[in-house]
Amino acid sequence: MTMTDTDTKRTADEDKTTYKILVVDDEPDLEPLMLQRMRRSIRSGRYTFVFANNGVQALERLSEDDEIDMVLSDINMPQMDGLTLLEQIPKVDPNIRSVIISAYGDMKNIRTAMNRGAFDFVTKPVDFEDLKLTIDRTLKHLTEWREALASRDQLVTLQNELDVANKMQISILPTHFPETDGYQVFASMEPARNVGGDFYDIVSLENERVGLAIADVSDKGVPAALFMMSSRTWLKGSAIGLENPGEVLNEVNNLLHEENEQTMFVTLFYAIYNPRNGELTYANGGHNPPLLVKQDGSSEVLPPVQGIALGVAPDMDFGQNAITLAPGESVIFYTDGVTEAMNVAEEEFGLERLQAVFADGAPLDSREANQAIFEAVHAFAGDHPQSDDITCLVLRRH
Amino acid sequence: MEINSERESGALVLKTEGRVDGSTAASFQEGIKSSIAPDDKRVILDLEKLDYISSAGLRIILLIAKDLKQQQSQFAICSLSDSVLEIFTMSGFNQIITIHDSPAAAIAAMS
Repeated sequence: MTMTDTDTKRTADEDKTTYKILVVDDEPDLEPLMLQRMRRSIRSGRYTFVFANNGVQALERLSEDDEIDMVLSDINMPQMDGLTLLEQIPKVDPNIRSVIISAYGDMKNIRTAMNRGAFDFVTKPVDFEDLKLTIDRTLKHLTEWREALASRDQLVTLQNELDVANKMQISILPTHFPETDGYQVFASMEPARNVGGDFYDIVSLENERVGLAIADVSDKGVPAALFMMSSRTWLKGSAIGLENPGEVLNEVNNLLHEENEQTMFVTLFYAIYNPRNGELTYANGGHNPPLLVKQDGSSEVLPPVQGIALGVAPDMDFGQNAITLAPGESVIFYTDGVTEAMNVAEEEFGLERLQAVFADGAPLDSREANQAIFEAVHAFAGDHPQSDDITCLVLRRH
Repeated sequence: MEINSERESGALVLKTEGRVDGSTAASFQEGIKSSIAPDDKRVILDLEKLDYISSAGLRIILLIAKDLKQQQSQFAICSLSDSVLEIFTMSGFNQIITIHDSPAAAIAAMS
């Protein structure tokens, strides 16, 4: 349990130093005897005792006082006996530990008590040394149990947080892709376990044009997911409001920088495709440049353009560039989850293997091209665990 | 992560090796932070033996650069392998982080 080490330490620091024990017995002699024999532990502040004469009184005590940690109960008592009390205690508080005091050799009642959830038993006449050891052992067990519960709650919280982040990431991805006689877009993202950073977006613009974005946020978890939501929201707004990809990235960069205390960043490639003339105008915020795949299956990365990952520094220069797609040509947008996917020998998939996917012929369909890339990455990675999101968007001019 | 530090001609030179990714970023940050004294006015991060840096690692370098700038200290990185240089160039962070070929070049530039 190495991962709970720090928790255990912290819990020990905050640990309550006094345990409250409820003693249930109908013999009036037990109370003064107990107080006398346990005086050292009481004086040191380790234990405090409260007393009840029978099961009914004990349950009243328990429901009034939620600080009771442990019950020490006799079996034979008027009104409600110890065995019945054992059945009732979990209904008040399932985390209370009970120890039974039974007559020496009364195995039948001892077995019944244990089967009803007693943690341990002591026999009469009470050996106070043994009782003290039993109490200490019970309380130690209780403390460990509470720590285990706290760790479990923390893990559940953490897992919930990651689930929220994953759901946010998946919820922002478009599921409908443009498909006309002139062109076709398809994209998909395969999230890595507990890491969420990639997204893509498709924005309808005026004059049939379409904005295409692919992005990778620097971190993981809820803060990164929120940063991703901001990135995507600002991008959508800027894409609709501004004419050129360079202006869009400049604005998104400044907007993200204003609210970025944690110095997160997003690499974002943004392009506008004009289906009327096949022109793809683009700007790059520090992202892997996409690949242009020609009709013969050969490919090259898009010519570079001035830019920087978004969110870090204000008022940066974002250039823009343009290419014209010929019919049958495709552009592959991807994140580093594709090229940095590793195989069991810890080699990276790399750009050349990505290019090799289409070496035998250009893709005829965006969806199939996307699937072919994922298949190639999976085949390469084999059993090596996926460490980053893998995202790919394909634009094809028909 | 292990960070080796030495002081040379009035500059603090920090060296790291291996991979900085999501799983090592926190200890990389802690290692660097704890190596820098308040009166270090020139800090150089020597990345010669760094094999790989992920975006989580880049973020740590940006944070260190930001902190040092606030303290009005100078900061540079140096001796990047081709693959690490490629990561800085692609992200565009070479525009906001000063990069030198060697610790000596970085020290000379800061003097």
